[in-house]
Amino acid sequence: MKSLFGVRAWFRSGTPWIWLNAGAIALCLVMVIGVLGLIVVRGGSHFWPADLQQTEWSPESGQKKVIMGELVRAETVSAVMLRESGATVPAELEAVTRYLVKVGNRDLYGRDFSWYMDYEISGWTAPEGAIALERRERGNFYGFPLKLNEGDTLIAEGTAMWPELLKRVERANGIFQQMKDIEKNDISRINNQIEKLRLTERRLVLDKVSDAEMAEFKAQAEAENQVLNDEYAVIQQKLDQLRAESNRDSLVARSAEGREVTISLANIVNAFAPNDMSVWQKTKHYFNGIATFLSEEPREANTEGGIFPAIFGTVTMVILMAIIVTPFGVLAAIYLREYAKQGPLLKIIRISVYNLAGVPSIVYGVFGLGFFVYIMGGSIDQLFYPEALPSPTFGTPGLFWASLTLALLTLPVVIVSTEEGLSRIPSTIRMGSLALGATKSETLWKVVVPLATPAMMTGLILAVARAAGEVAPLMLVGVVKLAPTLPIDGNFPYIHLDQKIMHLGFHVFDVGFQSPNVEASRPLLYATALVLVLLIVVLNMAAIYMRNRLREKYRSDTD
Amino acid sequence: MNQDKLTAPPVENELKLSEEKIKLQVNDLKLYYGDALALKSVNMTIPEKRVTAFIGPSGCGKSTLLRCFNRMNDLVDICRIEGQILMDGQNIYDPKVDVAELRRQVGMVFQKPNPFPKSIYENVAYGLRLQGVKDKRVLDEVVETSLKGAALWNEVKDRLHDNAFGLSGGQQQRLVIARAIAIEPEVLLLDEPASALDPISTLKIEELIYELKDKYTIVIVTHNMQQAARVSDYTAFMYMGDLIEFDATNKMFTNPSQQQTEDYITGRFG
Repeated sequence: MKSLFGVRAWFRSGTPWIWLNAGAIALCLVMVIGVLGLIVVRGGSHFWPADLQQTEWSPESGQKKVIMGELVRAETVSAVMLRESGATVPAELEAVTRYLVKVGNRDLYGRDFSWYMDYEISGWTAPEGAIALERRERGNFYGFPLKLNEGDTLIAEGTAMWPELLKRVERANGIFQQMKDIEKNDISRINNQIEKLRLTERRLVLDKVSDAEMAEFKAQAEAENQVLNDEYAVIQQKLDQLRAESNRDSLVARSAEGREVTISLANIVNAFAPNDMSVWQKTKHYFNGIATFLSEEPREANTEGGIFPAIFGTVTMVILMAIIVTPFGVLAAIYLREYAKQGPLLKIIRISVYNLAGVPSIVYGVFGLGFFVYIMGGSIDQLFYPEALPSPTFGTPGLFWASLTLALLTLPVVIVSTEEGLSRIPSTIRMGSLALGATKSETLWKVVVPLATPAMMTGLILAVARAAGEVAPLMLVGVVKLAPTLPIDGNFPYIHLDQKIMHLGFHVFDVGFQSPNVEASRPLLYATALVLVLLIVVLNMAAIYMRNRLREKYRSDTD
Repeated sequence: MNQDKLTAPPVENELKLSEEKIKLQVNDLKLYYGDALALKSVNMTIPEKRVTAFIGPSGCGKSTLLRCFNRMNDLVDICRIEGQILMDGQNIYDPKVDVAELRRQVGMVFQKPNPFPKSIYENVAYGLRLQGVKDKRVLDEVVETSLKGAALWNEVKDRLHDNAFGLSGGQQQRLVIARAIAIEPEVLLLDEPASALDPISTLKIEELIYELKDKYTIVIVTHNMQQAARVSDYTAFMYMGDLIEFDATNKMFTNPSQQQTEDYITGRFG
């Protein structure tokens, strides 16, 4: 009898395989969780109001200076390296710890992130009464409040002003919101109408209408223009008034090293004193920060503010893509599987379709730009929008072309899954229908296709997952760095397929690699990536939920 | 329906094929799968409102022959047919025949229950809806009579709108029969209808066949000789694509005229 306990027996038992397989899955899990964990931690921590740390900085050359800001991170570097790059490091040190501090106050210091060497500073303290102001322009301000003025009149002083300051910041924000609404709705509507009048006139010129007709239109347009301009003047006046209102209050504050600045409350988005906040208050601030991030437009070259237009653009584009790709993919698959004569030609077509799924996405982008945008879009412009030329309407990258390009990109996935679904429908069910006197197409549409819907949904899930994360082709066919106007609004025809959009994937690229302020945008990069991942998860979950409902509905014992 | 019929005496002692009214007539039917000859010149007549059983070993061509009656073989690309099948005197292989219409008149039930992934009600109403019937009352009535006709009504009347896949195998097979008789065909083809079922369900199907033959001409393919003996009036024995013997069931099982038939029936081969 052979050994029962030896290595051979162990191998023959299959245990090593189990370990190998389990090891592989464990490794995959670790990697996935690692990626997600990194994104969550880095992105999520950005919204937590960090304490403002203060220290005295005494550089080798120059004056002592008090600095204050958020500690971003500390790192240890070798002294040799620092010396080579020109810093004078004390001779006895071999390694130096240096701190990256977000000192803010870009208007005072020129940049809002600075490195400080460990040996040049005294210890860190968190001074009471320090405040942080999130501003619309020039980044954050860190310092201490001195006086709150209404016009030239002093309202409050010192720490006593805090509640009053918050109240007035809120007021200024309310006015800002009003101004934004007016710009977004009324002014955009008026501009739209004026543009429409101009285009109508141009069209009449192109159509070569009679002089009398032209004169009649001109008179009418003149009148309408007048009305619009009057309306515009009224709105403009109101805007000016609001602007003055919002600039009424100002805050005089002192920066850490003692310089005084006056900040108009119109410029303040948010004022808080992180060093005096309780954990509860900080938590509230944290979630407010996340909500703002998700619902606001970006500011300051995408380094501040939110990403709402990018989320909206991504979702709109993906939904439009799904609407385009589903019918095409499903119909193509039905033809291939049900009607086409099986033979070498069909085999070639099928292989081509499968291989299309492997074509690099940038190739689709180039094709989309060349064919969809320039050829198709150019033709559409000449046929339907000649009055707007030479400025293109559809002959330029935009939402519709981006969706169409992605639809083309994901078409093979939908075709393949649908075909697989159709081939899995048991032939007995088709026979049953045919035997009842149904024709082939009746059988197809009443029995076979409904049964294959879960497979179609699977295809759509894969398509959505791929499309939502795609970036490269989109840069060519319609996605831009900044497009605060959403593709859906209150002006007819409500959804503007020709508009350029923002996209989360491209936003990650832009914030991460094209940003003028790398340190400021770093946390936003992670946060945006996190939102992108979550968005894809949500879209997938929705599709999977729908598929499971369908599966339940068309449950069959052959599945 | 047919409550009195159940208690009526079974088939009369002597059935004569020559005395029956003919529903289907097969004339010199040859069927090729590619180059292989699957049916070698079959000639036979199927009597009206009787149960005719096809028996024979696997691969003898009995199912193939059955599928010729509603032209199901048309779906097989490589299948080619020569000869004629006359239904009420008209050749069903005539190019002018509407196949869908033919299949409405010649219903079929398959070996494995194949309900559609729809509710019980919709399964039965399917054939009528195909014909454009929309009237809810008509549909309700037909669904009820068909389910009663298939002896399923009492078991499903409270859950007509549940998914048909919730039924047991035997119930599904009766549902498929109800679906077939809902469009009132003249001929009902049963392709081993009970081979995937347990003995009790089988018994129910057999009772059902017995009741249905009052209204329909039934042709049944079976592997089970007892079943053929129990339910059929006439039996055809096929072997290797040939029709060896075709006669009244009583005679076939007691006094077959061919040696091959006797060998098969007594279990000496096959």
